[in-house]
Amino acid sequence: MIAEKNFVPAPGADPSRPASAPGETFVLNLGPQHPAAHGVLRVLMTMDGEWIQRAEPIIGYIHRMHEKMGENRTWAKFLPNTSRIDYLSAMHYTHAFVGAVERAMKIEVPLRAEYARVITSELNRISSHMVWWGALLLDLGGFTPILYAFDDREKILDLLEGLCGARLTYCYYRFGGLYNDVDDAFLQGTRDFVKHMQPRLKMYRDLVTDNIILRQRLTGIGAISAEMCRKYGATGPVIRGSGVAYDVRRAEPYSVYPKLEFKVPTYPECDSMARYLVRMDEMEESLKIIGQALDQIPAGPFMAAKVPRVLKLPPGDTCYAVEAARGRFMIRIVSDGKEMPYRVKLRTPSFSNLSLYEEASQGMILPDALAMMGSLDLVIPDIDR
Amino acid sequence: MKPTLETLTAQFGRLVPESVSAPTPAPAPVAAASVPAAPAATLAAPVPAAPVTPAVPAAPPPSPIQVTSHAAKGYDLDITVPPQEVAAAALILDHDGFALDTVTGVDWLAQNQMEVVYDYFHPTVPLRVVVRTRLPRATPELPTISNVFPGANWHERETHDFYGIRFTGHPNLKPFLLPEDANFHPLRKDYQP
Repeated sequence: MIAEKNFVPAPGADPSRPASAPGETFVLNLGPQHPAAHGVLRVLMTMDGEWIQRAEPIIGYIHRMHEKMGENRTWAKFLPNTSRIDYLSAMHYTHAFVGAVERAMKIEVPLRAEYARVITSELNRISSHMVWWGALLLDLGGFTPILYAFDDREKILDLLEGLCGARLTYCYYRFGGLYNDVDDAFLQGTRDFVKHMQPRLKMYRDLVTDNIILRQRLTGIGAISAEMCRKYGATGPVIRGSGVAYDVRRAEPYSVYPKLEFKVPTYPECDSMARYLVRMDEMEESLKIIGQALDQIPAGPFMAAKVPRVLKLPPGDTCYAVEAARGRFMIRIVSDGKEMPYRVKLRTPSFSNLSLYEEASQGMILPDALAMMGSLDLVIPDIDR
Repeated sequence: MKPTLETLTAQFGRLVPESVSAPTPAPAPVAAASVPAAPAATLAAPVPAAPVTPAVPAAPPPSPIQVTSHAAKGYDLDITVPPQEVAAAALILDHDGFALDTVTGVDWLAQNQMEVVYDYFHPTVPLRVVVRTRLPRATPELPTISNVFPGANWHERETHDFYGIRFTGHPNLKPFLLPEDANFHPLRKDYQP
């Protein structure tokens, strides 16, 4: 841990540097096409020199109205949409949707399918975290790590492509099971990947995580308290980086996660480094989960028997939440008994995680605020839907 | 103190007005009393048995506070409050340490009503609470909860975009996900593009 930080007090905090008069501030428009914003996010910043007085995120540039699309097609036809909300976390999102429909229809999913879902979801979590890791370090000026990250990620994409044909927007889960069975080549490939990834994560820890430049850029910067997370509904690595062990896999257990042993990594420091470390630990836990699931996966069917081709859900509402790579993704479906959904509400983690940015970034200097934005791991289509 | 289903039910029992909550517990004992009375009457005099059965009242309106099965619905407690009480409900849940999950609407065109649904989760206790309210479709207006949960600011702006539901007291109810000149509400069931 770095004890000292080259701290520059914000205007007003230091008596020798009085706060600027209102006329001395200026407006800085960041985005919507800015490389540090990771997509079409626009932030309207009122700056006092290099210090942020107010940073208002302006969103909606790639709003696609998935929720309306849900209302004018059948349940099955909406399934591919869910993998395009957060394109880095498609397995989790399709899991939430099929889970909600299965919960409403009381469809029992075979055990083999549940284990396959856990394996593919955790692989997806690692590939998503690898993109975050590479992109964050790119923001901080380190170019090399993203090449390593995409090398590892490529192995996951190849495995999942062999399984379901898609490399990014997977639509592998079906109501009642899976699109096809996990074959031996996939299971063996996943075993090999776990063996490959464990020493890689150790290498990343030695080379990057313990790098003094990275530590100086992230430690003690971008404080987000547990109370702020609660007030804004921030979840995932953000709340766990504030010392709260909230994980949907444990809080609202789904699939076969209760049968698997894993820790929920938390760091109480509330800074950008804590969120960084949570994600790095999470990848190790995901590897452990995959290893256990590979040992436990039983033989048997991969689809529930007698799932009707045309689904008519009983009237009423049903919720289903999953722990996506960025936090809690909850889907709320309302049915009126017809073939098409009456309402599909998508509660996305990036939306809530970004909503605290205005409060959290006050008084920070711009480069630190961008590093903090990187530690939130935003995916803009996930915010805009 | 960690909230439980019992403490929450008691707290919301005080919030939901008597006129709504009173009928639900009350008819149950009455109906139970009248059912044993009916066979007794039929035994004594079999002829007037027929008029006794319709006297049982129709199904009572669902209770405003319902404990639901998480495995079946995805939430543990379903609370219906009048629109003016949503902020009071948010205060109760805020005091108990709940976090705001999401705010959304549902357009019930056939009943000429708008529903606003507030989802809450708890960071440390495995409890999920749903608070819902119904508004007349012509004047969908209710108080904001963004002063209790600042995270509701964005969710309410989104709900205003999609449904035209006005959150009174909201600091910044301008278009959010829709274009800044949007004057339509696409999730209303009678919306025509």
